[in-house]
Amino acid sequence: MSADRIAVAKTYKIYIGGKFPRSESGRYFTLEDKKGNIIANICRGSRKDFRNSVVAARSAQLGWGEASAYLHGQILYRIAEMLEGRREQFVAELVLQGVASRAAEKEVDQSIDRLIYYAGWSDKYQQVFSAVNPVSSSHFNFSVLEPTGVVAIMSPDDNSLLGLVSNIAAAIVGGNTCIVLASETKPLCAVSFAEVLHASDVPGGVVNILTGFRSELTEFFASHMDVNAVIYCDGGKAVAKTVQVLAADNIKRVIARNRVNWSGDAANPYLIRDTQEVKTTWHPIGA
Amino acid sequence: MATPGNKLAFDGGWGYDPAPESTDHIDVKSRYGLFINGDFVKPEKGKYFDTINPATEDKLSRVAEASAVDVDKAVKAARAAYRGPWGRMKPAERSKYIYRIARIMQERACEFSVIESLDGGKPIRESRDVDIPLAAAHFFYYAGWADKLEYAFPGRTAKSLGVAGQIIPWNFPLLMASWKIAPALACGNTVVLKPAETTPLTAMKLAEVIADAGLPPGVVNIVTGAGAAGAAIVDHPGVDKVAFTGSTNIGRMIQKSLAGTNKRYTLELGGKAANIIFADAAIDQAVEGIVNGIFFNQGHVCCAGSRLFVQESVADEVIAKLKDRMETLIVGDPLDKNTDVGAINSTMQLDKIQSYLKIGQAEGGDMHQSSCTLPNKGYWCRPTIFTGVSQSSRVVQEEIFGPVLAIQTFRKYDEALTKANNTPYGLSGGIWTDKGSKIFNMTQKIRAGVVWANTFNKFDPTSPFGGYKESGVGREGGLHGLDAYVKLGVK
Repeated sequence: MSADRIAVAKTYKIYIGGKFPRSESGRYFTLEDKKGNIIANICRGSRKDFRNSVVAARSAQLGWGEASAYLHGQILYRIAEMLEGRREQFVAELVLQGVASRAAEKEVDQSIDRLIYYAGWSDKYQQVFSAVNPVSSSHFNFSVLEPTGVVAIMSPDDNSLLGLVSNIAAAIVGGNTCIVLASETKPLCAVSFAEVLHASDVPGGVVNILTGFRSELTEFFASHMDVNAVIYCDGGKAVAKTVQVLAADNIKRVIARNRVNWSGDAANPYLIRDTQEVKTTWHPIGA
Repeated sequence: MATPGNKLAFDGGWGYDPAPESTDHIDVKSRYGLFINGDFVKPEKGKYFDTINPATEDKLSRVAEASAVDVDKAVKAARAAYRGPWGRMKPAERSKYIYRIARIMQERACEFSVIESLDGGKPIRESRDVDIPLAAAHFFYYAGWADKLEYAFPGRTAKSLGVAGQIIPWNFPLLMASWKIAPALACGNTVVLKPAETTPLTAMKLAEVIADAGLPPGVVNIVTGAGAAGAAIVDHPGVDKVAFTGSTNIGRMIQKSLAGTNKRYTLELGGKAANIIFADAAIDQAVEGIVNGIFFNQGHVCCAGSRLFVQESVADEVIAKLKDRMETLIVGDPLDKNTDVGAINSTMQLDKIQSYLKIGQAEGGDMHQSSCTLPNKGYWCRPTIFTGVSQSSRVVQEEIFGPVLAIQTFRKYDEALTKANNTPYGLSGGIWTDKGSKIFNMTQKIRAGVVWANTFNKFDPTSPFGGYKESGVGREGGLHGLDAYVKLGVK
């Protein structure tokens, strides 16, 4: 970079309801590289930010859930296109946060491919997991999957991009909306990914991304009464207990994703199924 | 048949003579031990409790009260069977044992039906035509899955979990036992089951069947008792999976007490189903559906259609016809083949229902009950409807688990949908209309696990059952019901 030009540094903000506010709390934490140089100030998301995100996610859920499988697929594909176009930026951000450059390139490539993978499932998982049930009485009976609703996701600290993308893709391809807590140690890609989502025809509120301290926000993710499912990644036993106890207040679905090989078996439709409900419909057969 | 005054009279003026099912062919022992490791054994602390006939308040038998020590014995027996013969058995052979249970239950169906009605108060017509045949069918259905699990989970391997601890309610005692035990066994697990304290008898008869079928000892253990025995199962470290059917409050406690453990769980909890009648519905059929939805099994049904929404233009007609139809319901002796509505399961449940009748009236609801006479002894509640209630009424929001229907009206489709979904529950729903496109639209938008269109309260072993939201986690029945009893692995 030539010395006569000052680079424009990016402000990393959170993503709620299709907008990029700072944390309502006004709080921040400083992200440093290994040498202790400041990379950026990151929003330290609050309970109120989370609650605002749930409102946005809930109001977006009905429309997103009813959008066609084809549209879900195209929008996920569009996210991949946008991420591909900004590949170098994401690699650079991972490197800045201490990921080796080869590993960073691999993680970004896999993230793009992961989106394509789940885009392809949009109009197929239903066919794989649904059933027509041969009941004995004179009824037509079938079971299909429907989105669980609003999903709160605490994404993994490592694999800050691939883990985030896998969790989001599997949730939204099935018609859920989500609130995602970014990696605490590597939050940059999550914020940039929000910008990618914003440019990909994903309706506002379908994905909401917060940065902040996991230790502070876990209880809010697990306890909110208008959240239908909570996913936590790499929580220890204490986290598991906290999440499950609080989740029980409204019988949330609790999904633990511990020690997931994000570059391998996180590509499978059972991740989609984790945040789906089976609905069975009956109708008489007669004249 | 319509009579002058336009009242329904199914008896044509002749009246119904009593038609009681005989009880001389059944065998209920005066006392039952716990079924552990293939034998009926005495409870360690020597405690027993009475199980009574809620229609007469007569004692039927005494049943062992399991303590934590007994539960521990049962779990150890189940573990030994899992590590031993059951775990080693070829799936196809496992399958044949489960088929045997189904066949013996079919052979003994009449006996089971009578005992179910005696112990639980439900009309013999329901135990004979619904509970017992469905229970046998459930075993028959899941038996066949035992050696076919690889086809149920594409791209994955399915392995058993270990020991399943199962706790069931009193509303469909044998049927719920079959919903729990059949898929657990088919997937290769062993079982410790606790029946509800007011309805233990058919579970003890099922224990006899399991012994007669020659299952290896310990594969199925049945321990009777109250909440403490259930808690001992949930908390036992040797249990790998907990399956519970009951109230949302207890389900919540179970989910909390399992926190931090690696135990899997499925919960089938409460409900407050909306039954929605559109003006273009076949009204007479819809009225039958309303009756079946709320008065079936005295309303002791988690998926009961306890909230009725009627389109305003037909509300007067529907409510008038419903009141007429309620007058024809025969309330009384559960063993009488003509009985439509039997006894309330227990005095505790009757108290709860009656408290809601008071609450409904205190909140300004207009209560109407059928004018039937009730027997002098036993626990009874007349078929009851409330009109003039609103979304915030407790009789609209809370699960009563009795023959009590809360009726509201709506004008437009969206209003019906919004009101129907305005509940923390999401177990079931009903919709009545002759318009196909409206059926598909509504059934997609009702947030509930089972939706009946132009029918209600139908069940089948092949049909998954379970709730959205606070009505539970997981499904029972059908291919999807296998999920609760396997762990999936990468092929």
